[in-house]
Amino acid sequence: MSVPGQSAPAGATEIGTASPAAVGARGDDSRVATKERLALLKRSRTFIAGAIIVGFWVLCAIFGELVVPKDPLASDPINDLLSPGADNWFGTDKLGRDVFSRVIVGARDILIVAPLATILATVLGTALGLVTGYFRGAVDDVLSRIIEAFLALPVIIMGLLVAVALGPSKTTLILTIGVLFAPIISRTVRAAVLTERELEYVSAARLRNERTPYILFGEILPNVMGPIIVEFTVRLGYAIFTAAGLSFLGFGIPAPAPDWGLQVSEQYGLISGGFWWPVLFPSLAIATLVIGVNLIADGVASAFER
Amino acid sequence: MIFLAAQVLPGDVARRILGPFADQASVDALSKELGTDRSLPAQYWDWVSSFVTGDLGQSAVNKRPVSEIIVDATVASGKLALLAFIIVVPLAIVGGVIAAMNEGSFRDRLISVGGLSATAIPEFVWAVIFILIFALGLGLFPTTAQFPDGASIFTQLEYLLLPALCLVCVLFGYIARMARAGTIESLEADYTRTAILKGLPQRTVIRRHVLRNSLLPTIAVVATQAGYLIGGLVIIEAIFNYQGIGLAMFRAATQKDLPVLQSAVLLIGIVYLVATLIADILYSVLNPRVRLGAAE
Repeated sequence: MSVPGQSAPAGATEIGTASPAAVGARGDDSRVATKERLALLKRSRTFIAGAIIVGFWVLCAIFGELVVPKDPLASDPINDLLSPGADNWFGTDKLGRDVFSRVIVGARDILIVAPLATILATVLGTALGLVTGYFRGAVDDVLSRIIEAFLALPVIIMGLLVAVALGPSKTTLILTIGVLFAPIISRTVRAAVLTERELEYVSAARLRNERTPYILFGEILPNVMGPIIVEFTVRLGYAIFTAAGLSFLGFGIPAPAPDWGLQVSEQYGLISGGFWWPVLFPSLAIATLVIGVNLIADGVASAFER
Repeated sequence: MIFLAAQVLPGDVARRILGPFADQASVDALSKELGTDRSLPAQYWDWVSSFVTGDLGQSAVNKRPVSEIIVDATVASGKLALLAFIIVVPLAIVGGVIAAMNEGSFRDRLISVGGLSATAIPEFVWAVIFILIFALGLGLFPTTAQFPDGASIFTQLEYLLLPALCLVCVLFGYIARMARAGTIESLEADYTRTAILKGLPQRTVIRRHVLRNSLLPTIAVVATQAGYLIGGLVIIEAIFNYQGIGLAMFRAATQKDLPVLQSAVLLIGIVYLVATLIADILYSVLNPRVRLGAAE
């Protein structure tokens, strides 16, 4: 999701210097600004901390299967519910599966589902936001009503209904979250486009008789990239939150996948019996991942929104 | 509308009730009895017309009247939600104001980033952590929320505190952030500078000039959190086994109990819309600029 430098139109930089006040807090999108933002990011301690945490889980997702000591799916009923020790670092669950291996490999499902869902939501939401913000009038009214209908129920409830209707699977989860988050992103993009469309470079492009799709995606899009990137990182956190919640309810990734939310819900009944390890470790894994993503989002927001 | 979405649920209700080994004839018979063999529009019309007259039908699974299930569950959820709000609203507002007064300091970072991280951690993770610490570790609270029938209000509080705390964690960040943003804005406003230059004591400036302007919009924002609260209730009620509207909906969804599911979803939709409406009205009532602007 980097800013497409080559497509940044000459008009954009001119506007940036001509009327910085009008462009406002987002600044322009020339290559210099991108470099500055990256430099800001590199100096941001919250961003670095978040990147390290998330990086750890990404490595686990990619290479986890190769390095874990046990097969995360292999059950061993004789050795069920062993407490954490030298042989099983995080103990074993009620089917005798190694909790440590399941936690490490479990990073994969959520790190496939959440980013893909967020990318889908960002693409849909950006297109929707560009169109509603640029055309306004009847197009905006109709699309906005449809969007409001989507937002008439809390996301997790809609997600639950869709997951029940289509049957739980990774694809359903990605599509559900992607479609449900798109309206939220489209609102942010629409707000940014509303101020952007009044600027001179847009009227200049219109006077040059550019085609509308080019004006939308070639001219305006590069200039609203800042808020879109911020929105992406923020929504990624919410996507993990929602995916984990739906998985916990049993409407996410189906068993026997070592998904964290699923592990918690499968093993949760044992907690009052004192078997805390199959529940606590996946919970902590989710907690660290969302905190990492949030720290990144916080760093990105302060670098891009000044 | 949205209720049609619930109708798309696959799977035969009758088949679900009788189990996979029942013969097709008895499945068909039960379908007829439940009315699920008719066309979707017919069923939908039936449901809408009986809904208007206040008859919600009965549960397809245990034959209890839906209205009874829904009312009981809503009262139970209401208690839990109310407790969560009573705790979170003052806490988040105080937190947000403290953060704003020390903008950029370590305390501010702690409240802002910590609050948002707390918000981002799923409810069930908080539930696991709180249960391990307070229920199993320290033995202070029970691990479920379902208090015995006829329990005194204090016993009920004891049972509801942990689930409410989980909701508090999830709601805290956003409310605190709004309170912080509002306070910072009014700290920088001209009227605050005027008040300081007039020589008013800091305490008076904060109370009379800053807070009055920053908190009113924040209170309106609280109402918009209803959506998160309801989403959270489904998960929290499932993990604490609490007989509220969230658990009723969750059970109905897994058991394909359409009458209960539709009514629960409808109720949640109404609550959500009303809460958003109240938020809008509160915002304009509490903000003289919007109120007077509309009157002109």
